[in-house]
Amino acid sequence: MRGIKAIIKKELSDHFTSYRFIIIFSMIAMVSLITAYMVGLNIRQELKEVAKPRFVFLMLFTSSGAMFSLVQFVSFFGPLVGLILGFDTINRERNQGTLSKLLSQPIYRDVVINGKFLAGVIMIAIMILSIMLVITGLGLLVVGVIPGAEELGRIAIYLVISIIYISLWLAVAILFSILFRSTATSALAALAIWIFFSFFISMGANVLANAITGGMTGEDRTEVILKNAKIVNAFSLFSPMKLYSDATATIIDPRRKSTRSIIAVGPLEQISMSRFSGPLPLIQSILVVTPYLISLVALTVICFAFSYAVFMKQEIRSF
Amino acid sequence: MGIHPVIETQALTKRYLHQLAVDRLTFTVGEGEIFGFLGPNGAGKTTTILMLMGLTEPTSGKASVLGFDPSREPIQIKSKIGYLQENMGFYPDLNARQMLGFIAELNSLSGSMVEERIAGALETVGLIGEADKKIGAYSRGMRQRLGIAELLIKDSKVAFLDEPTLGLDPDASNRMIDLIQSLSRDRKMTILISSHLLHQIQKICHRVGIMIKGKMVAQGSLDLLAQEKFGIGNEKYSLEEIYMKYFQEA
Repeated sequence: MRGIKAIIKKELSDHFTSYRFIIIFSMIAMVSLITAYMVGLNIRQELKEVAKPRFVFLMLFTSSGAMFSLVQFVSFFGPLVGLILGFDTINRERNQGTLSKLLSQPIYRDVVINGKFLAGVIMIAIMILSIMLVITGLGLLVVGVIPGAEELGRIAIYLVISIIYISLWLAVAILFSILFRSTATSALAALAIWIFFSFFISMGANVLANAITGGMTGEDRTEVILKNAKIVNAFSLFSPMKLYSDATATIIDPRRKSTRSIIAVGPLEQISMSRFSGPLPLIQSILVVTPYLISLVALTVICFAFSYAVFMKQEIRSF
Repeated sequence: MGIHPVIETQALTKRYLHQLAVDRLTFTVGEGEIFGFLGPNGAGKTTTILMLMGLTEPTSGKASVLGFDPSREPIQIKSKIGYLQENMGFYPDLNARQMLGFIAELNSLSGSMVEERIAGALETVGLIGEADKKIGAYSRGMRQRLGIAELLIKDSKVAFLDEPTLGLDPDASNRMIDLIQSLSRDRKMTILISSHLLHQIQKICHRVGIMIKGKMVAQGSLDLLAQEKFGIGNEKYSLEEIYMKYFQEA
């Protein structure tokens, strides 16, 4: 694609020199470092006089320190990174009048949007990778455990899933920057979507589930609870946060067998759980999360394809 | 001059949702010509230019630039033409050298000759002293001259200049006109220029077209238009008088 290298280069240099990137990157780096350090100290304390279990290193990412675990942190604040990187991608160019300058050069129109999206993905990858490396290094120091090959593999997969997840939010932000002319509007719209999915989807899912199962009487109580949980699960699949935490669940925590916690455990399940209490092998973990991973990728692709279509059809002078 | 048409349109029409922006426009611009594109604001001049570059799809009609169809082969056209838009559209946080370098990259120009070409172009338009200053700090006149430098970098065969002298002080505006004239003289560039400063257009244009409410009401050399409106062709009538006559009648 002609010109895409020039666009990516320009975007990257813009990102790296912008204050907003420096601010958000230092904020995220700081929070994750503090969390990793606290979690590391906790782990060291707890493991003092016991034999070290397998996959201690991954506990750096999954066990919560004072407030939240790193995985939770990324699932909650990762979107913000994507939104901040992308909310004014197209409309800023439009308002500056630079969009028609770009498009009057001998490049295809889709090169502009593809280049901008790719540059954003590269930024996200650099950010996540550098933070992960720092955390891993810190973990080595504080916990004093060297991660095994499998653990490194799991962290790498987790990294890829995180990049896809944040890219989804980047695609959402770019879509808003195409749809809205004002950068303030697109920023607010993107934030509204983020808040909606982080808080209201799960609340809405519970309300909906209760409304549906509330009227059920006379049946077996466990049936009702199961049904309720199923509805909540199905509904929350619409939330990318939920998809992300499901997709990373068994990857980063091999002791988990399913993506969700099991409710209403009967005696038979308890027996089978205790029988297979060892960690899942990596390939099995991957199998468990594949559907969620695919949905996450599909959402990102759909979102980007939609912005692509809108951008290709938009008039340059649509006032 | 004017033997070989470089820009040609046939009943070119653009309809936005509620209004007809360009109405069955037919005109030609010959090779090496400076064509003055006149008309009040909102007459459809910019829309026409956008259609000629393939940035906007015409509703109906045909156009050809350098023998290419803008809707089908916009890349070929855009690599051979230069476009100065009304607000220039340069990135304010780049300096002149970076901006021209970026444009060179988008045009797949590379190698050591690019640096030289950029320096040469900045020299020609008199911006070499300010080459490392951010464009955000440039005056309007400097930005317009940077636009001319862009045409030199791309070595354009055809230039679409949309209000290149708008909002310039008399000195900057004269300088700009001189530059435009030298593009035509030294580089044999075909130039389509839209402007409201009629006495300047009169000085440099070989032919003019007057566009009102999406329609081309007249086109031809000044003598021809004067003849058409006032009967006898002589140098007595200025472009302004001719233009006002057409404008009042439309």
